[in-house]
Amino acid sequence: MRSGSPRALVVFLGGRLLYSAVVLFGVLVLTFAIVQLVPGDPIRLALGTRFNQEAYDALRAASGLDRPLSEQFFSYVTGALTGDLGVSFRSGQPVTLLLLERLPATISLAVVGLLIALLISVPAGIWAGLREGRLADGIVRVTSQFGVSIPDFWMGLLLITLFAGVLGWLPSSGYAPLAEDPAGWARRVILPALTVGLVAAAILTRYIRAAVLEVAHAGFVRTARSKGLAPSVVTGRHIVRNALVPVLTIVGIQLATILSGVIVVEVVFAWPGLGRLVYDAVAARDYALIQGAVLLIAVLFLFVNLIVDVLSAIVDPRIRLS
Amino acid sequence: MNVLEVADLHVSIGRTDIVRGVSFALEPEQTLGIVGESGSGKSMTVLAATGLLDAPGARVSGSSFLHDERLGDSQLIGQTPKALRRVHGDAIGFVFQDPSTSLNPLLTLERQITESLEAHRNMTRRAARVRALDLLTAVGIPSPENRLDAYPHQLSGGQRQRVMIAIALACDPALLIADEPTTALDVTTQAQIISLVRDLQEQRGTAVVWISHDLGVIGQVADSCLVLQEGRVVEHRPIVDLVDAPAHPYTQVLLAARPRLGGSPPPPVDDSGAVLLDVANLDVRFPVSTPTGRTHVHAVQDVSFQVRRGTTLGLVGESGSGKSTIANALTGLVRANGDAWLDGQVLLGKVPRDRRRRLAMVFQDPFSSLDPRISAGGAVAEPLRVHRLRPGRHRERVAELFDLVRLPGAFASRFPHELSGGQRQRVSIARALALEPDLLILDEATASLDASIQAQVLQLLRDLQQELALTYLFIAHDLAIVQDMSHDVLVMREGVAVEYRPAADLFADPREQYTQRLLAAIPPERPRAALER
Repeated sequence: MRSGSPRALVVFLGGRLLYSAVVLFGVLVLTFAIVQLVPGDPIRLALGTRFNQEAYDALRAASGLDRPLSEQFFSYVTGALTGDLGVSFRSGQPVTLLLLERLPATISLAVVGLLIALLISVPAGIWAGLREGRLADGIVRVTSQFGVSIPDFWMGLLLITLFAGVLGWLPSSGYAPLAEDPAGWARRVILPALTVGLVAAAILTRYIRAAVLEVAHAGFVRTARSKGLAPSVVTGRHIVRNALVPVLTIVGIQLATILSGVIVVEVVFAWPGLGRLVYDAVAARDYALIQGAVLLIAVLFLFVNLIVDVLSAIVDPRIRLS
Repeated sequence: MNVLEVADLHVSIGRTDIVRGVSFALEPEQTLGIVGESGSGKSMTVLAATGLLDAPGARVSGSSFLHDERLGDSQLIGQTPKALRRVHGDAIGFVFQDPSTSLNPLLTLERQITESLEAHRNMTRRAARVRALDLLTAVGIPSPENRLDAYPHQLSGGQRQRVMIAIALACDPALLIADEPTTALDVTTQAQIISLVRDLQEQRGTAVVWISHDLGVIGQVADSCLVLQEGRVVEHRPIVDLVDAPAHPYTQVLLAARPRLGGSPPPPVDDSGAVLLDVANLDVRFPVSTPTGRTHVHAVQDVSFQVRRGTTLGLVGESGSGKSTIANALTGLVRANGDAWLDGQVLLGKVPRDRRRRLAMVFQDPFSSLDPRISAGGAVAEPLRVHRLRPGRHRERVAELFDLVRLPGAFASRFPHELSGGQRQRVSIARALALEPDLLILDEATASLDASIQAQVLQLLRDLQQELALTYLFIAHDLAIVQDMSHDVLVMREGVAVEYRPAADLFADPREQYTQRLLAAIPPERPRAALER
């Protein structure tokens, strides 16, 4: 029985993909139901004061709400799978286009924010966890408590005041696409990503510290020390690897949370992310857009979870071989 | 030339002295046994002497001198971490108690064995792999070439402990430290590990320090034995002398308390005793999913037995034999097929609550089976509250129950952390008795206790059976205590009832091979050294 073989991983991945497909179908049913279950007539609500019979009929036909339910669901699912999420009630533009416009900014913020969070929390969490009860541990714990407690908008305002106001190093808000203006993108992404990243770093530091602390007392760490291994090997190969398994899940949740929109940070930094789009859609009762956004966020969550599952399976043989 | 010489070793943490002036010496190929009950400082002594102690705030003084042919002589007390790392894994190998936690779950067996070879011998990956294969073969892992790439969770407990031994012996150490290496294992596995270590020791000339709470095991492995009580050596003599003529009263207590076959069985009960529990064709399956699809584990297969009122049925078997699953099926914790009647009333499936309270359970671990935030009295009163019995008279009933299990009434206000292991288990028994059950299920109820405490709790259980005419289902892996407790015995193996007979007959003349093997695996009363003379 060669258990290191990649076959086990392929079988595992196949299972997770199947699971994701089932969840995705459930999400499609639920998002479809959003429009059906809205109290009152979504078209009338969407039109609001602009209501007249002609506009009503036109929008109703355009959104397909005049057809039978089963037909609507079928065309919704086939549409969703081919990237057609209908037309925004408010702006008349395709929902897919509106969402895709926001995706680069959202992904920029999430990836850079998570990177900052990991750069801070991994060393800080490990460092504190290995020095339980000592001064270093105390400093990390108090600092991360601050990070968890400070509201993100306040953190954002502080950063703006310091870096944009007092020092004048960075622009206070706005967004530039990475492809067109890499320098501008970098200058503008730093402050919002730092805001998001510092909050996530505080949360992750506490989890990593707790995970390291738990593993550091495990029997196999004593075994590793009894072999006379260097402290760096004991920490790296034995403690950190084992602490990683539970931490991966939390990192995934943090990433998915930032991806699905951090509305307050987006508002403070005038950042064109998903959060603001969803907020505006809800405020305008733009159900087609809400439907599309919920679907997109669900897919992002599923995708992140899939990656976390695969990474966990690579690290932990008990997951891929069970 | 001694391999290890320890002199006047002291260890204290905070203001508590844990080891108080321990001295011993050990020659090559010799085995020193260290016995004592929990808290006596056995592990602390050895960890401090070898420089592996990692307790924050621990102060160690004294001397511990290691002689190794390759590394020369070194003083291990007060040594720098770097110098200690050169010795650990090279001149000294370690095997610890629980093989399920002492191997890294994420690394292959090869990696875990080769680590110390790479650290101490500068071996290449390939050379180390060859050596790892030799070691796995030497410790008796079946088809070792396939197991190099396996992970710990794919092995049984006994195999894991064999791998631990392979790791400890990787660099051919002069000294092997074995800290309760068989305590977490079944009795047959224990016997195998004991003979494995003895064989390897003979081949390699390794000196061994073997720590155990069990004098029976020490008798099988040790040449000399050191008895520790509260961090002091009370007796240190050749094992045969120590067992035959114990000088210190504490040694005498330890010897008297160890469970032995051929002890006194419980007083017989009137043969006409009516059947209280009748179990017919009990069958339990657990679904499990594997890469090849869903399947099931057949945990209990078509088991039938009866327990007469006022008697004890001993349920024995090794881990995974289905003993506890039977208990869980009877108490409704797992779903089972088949039938069970308690005093003629159906017990399986949906049953009224007041029928459930006619059987009560005492679990193995007195540390986790009591809620740390509920006082002992509160724990005993809880079943009364849940079943709305004796309203307004709980305090009285709790006092009665504490009296019954021989605990001072004042203990009712204590919390679990203020009680010793034996006291906690008495509280658990009082809690089980609160509802005046007909049947008490004791699931390894004394397995976590020190031998002397275990003897006291068993005595209490026997007294209670006499006083209250209680009926017990006594689940244990230790045949000696089963003999002390049971009128009838059911031997289980892999979910199947192997042998089911009156205790006296079964112990006098075990029919089934498996029962004979279980009995043969129990460490004999006389030390091996005495038998070899």
